[in-house]
Amino acid sequence: MAGSTPASATVDPLAAAAPPVAVPVAARPRASVSPWAEAWRRFKRHRLAVLGLVVLVLMILLVAFGPLVWRVQINDIDFSARLKTPTATHPFGTDDLGQDIFARVLYGGRISLAVGLSAMLMAMVVGVTIGAVAGISRGAVDAALMWLTDLFLSLPLLPLLLVLTYLFRDALKGAFGPEVGVFMLIVVVIGAFGWMPVARLVRAQFFSLREKEFVEAARALGASVPRQVVRHILPNSLGPVIVAGTINVAAAIIAESTLSFLGLGFPPDIPTWGRILSDAKEYLDIAPHWAIFPGTAIFLAVLCINFVGDGLRDALDPRRVL
Amino acid sequence: MGHYLLRRLLIALPALLGISVVLFTVLALAPGDPFSEMALNPNVPPEVQANLRKQFGLDDPIWQRYFRWLLAMLQGDWGFSFISRIDVDKLILSRVPVTLAIIGASQVLALVIALPVGIYSAARPYSWFDRIASTLAFIGFSLPTFFTGLLLILLFSIKLDWLPFVYRADLAATGWDWWVQQIRQSAMPVAVLGFFQAAGWTRYVRSATLDVIRLDYVTTARSKGLHERAVILKHVVRNAMIPVVTLVALTLPQVFGGAVVTEQIFRVPGIGSLLIDAIQRNDLPVVMAVTFVLSCLVIAFNLIADVLYGWLDPRISYR
Repeated sequence: MAGSTPASATVDPLAAAAPPVAVPVAARPRASVSPWAEAWRRFKRHRLAVLGLVVLVLMILLVAFGPLVWRVQINDIDFSARLKTPTATHPFGTDDLGQDIFARVLYGGRISLAVGLSAMLMAMVVGVTIGAVAGISRGAVDAALMWLTDLFLSLPLLPLLLVLTYLFRDALKGAFGPEVGVFMLIVVVIGAFGWMPVARLVRAQFFSLREKEFVEAARALGASVPRQVVRHILPNSLGPVIVAGTINVAAAIIAESTLSFLGLGFPPDIPTWGRILSDAKEYLDIAPHWAIFPGTAIFLAVLCINFVGDGLRDALDPRRVL
Repeated sequence: MGHYLLRRLLIALPALLGISVVLFTVLALAPGDPFSEMALNPNVPPEVQANLRKQFGLDDPIWQRYFRWLLAMLQGDWGFSFISRIDVDKLILSRVPVTLAIIGASQVLALVIALPVGIYSAARPYSWFDRIASTLAFIGFSLPTFFTGLLLILLFSIKLDWLPFVYRADLAATGWDWWVQQIRQSAMPVAVLGFFQAAGWTRYVRSATLDVIRLDYVTTARSKGLHERAVILKHVVRNAMIPVVTLVALTLPQVFGGAVVTEQIFRVPGIGSLLIDAIQRNDLPVVMAVTFVLSCLVIAFNLIADVLYGWLDPRISYR
């Protein structure tokens, strides 16, 4: 990393006066580069990751601001235009009730992406907390937390997601309304099964960072354990965590789509990408466009996120250089 | 080795108990039980309902019901499906062969693709072959199985009309004809699962092989004048496969769970579609049994992976 070499333009006179062997870098002075700028420089070298980032940002903008421009309602029923193939009035065609699929895909994108991000945030918070506590405390606490992690890893993921959403859907729908209730349920359920790899990762990072000299120095200067963790260990273990978080978003989007596709996620009046696909599969023979657009949207979003994750791995995880 | 195995089994048992407690509590806390539909039926008087609930012990505290379930389970009594009117173990056993056949074939397909592609990519890193293969792998595991399934149906069943899109367990044909039809109807589900798995494994095989290929003993083998082919196949692959074997063993049980989607798309009457049916019809004994069986599979395969790892790699010591 550039940060580790004292390559600032204002090299102190003492170093400048030292024999040239000691300061080989000083010969070519350059502005100091922050770790983030350095990471961005490495990220840019991964062309597919940059392309993925661009497409992803475009998708997010489209989904966020598209409904403000494309003012067709998602539930405008028009029986005279049932199962129409894409035209100028309906760029993605219409479904069996004559509803505009473009508007529905835009709306569904908001929910699918929001579910992905929120579930990732939840998994990150839980995973980092458990991993950090286990990594710093050792002994019985560590053993108990790792037993819990292994237990969660042994649970059959998809079946349990299905069971949980099915069983608690109605209760939450009653308590918070159909949209918010199901959203909360799905985010919590997906997040609750996504934290284990993060916890293991953070714990492993803590185990190695804890013994490093800079942490020892902080300890010697009298830093409390929380301060050591928050100021010194956690920021240094962030790289792999960010990578894991990115991959987690893709996994959460797929999980939500799977649930909705199986009819156990969002109800039919809330068209997420998986839900639209689920409705479309009965009409695959006469209206293939209905399935292809939301399916492509899921695929594109997940592919872009995976590419960005791969680029971030190159950028933030300098040890895994090849 | 025997000592280690025993200790691992002793660790696995509490994990299984823990999982069963979690599953049972979740199902018990959930609203609705097998008798909730009966409550809506005016022909069944409330006293009869109360008696039935009492007879089946549905009003007892959760922990009592849990221990009753555990005892019954240990004695081989897996409960009774209220919906299908058949013992749960018979129901599950009748669905297992189909799932096993589909998943087995798809995993073989995945390995047949992933091993050569991954090894060849690693032997020539950053070559054109490697770039194309890793891009395809990325696309492969970014395509959710439910979308590939629909695309395959669209292409091969609707546009080309080559393959049937509904899987039938009761094929009328016999002999050769039966095999032909069986292969035709299994082709798409196997391909969907196999390609998805192959995409992930290809990347893993590649990185596992790359880890080994730079070691000194490989250079030694090359400088002895061995043919590159012999170096890769005899020296590199044997060591690179150790983590791969472990990964395969670890992912297998999750594949069983993931097969739910594929079975649902192609209407394969396997264990996954059984689970979906049971969930939608509130058939809790079946849901409990299927999820518990899947958890047992995970634990068993974790154990197998650990033991295999130690057997294949003598550098790992059992402690």
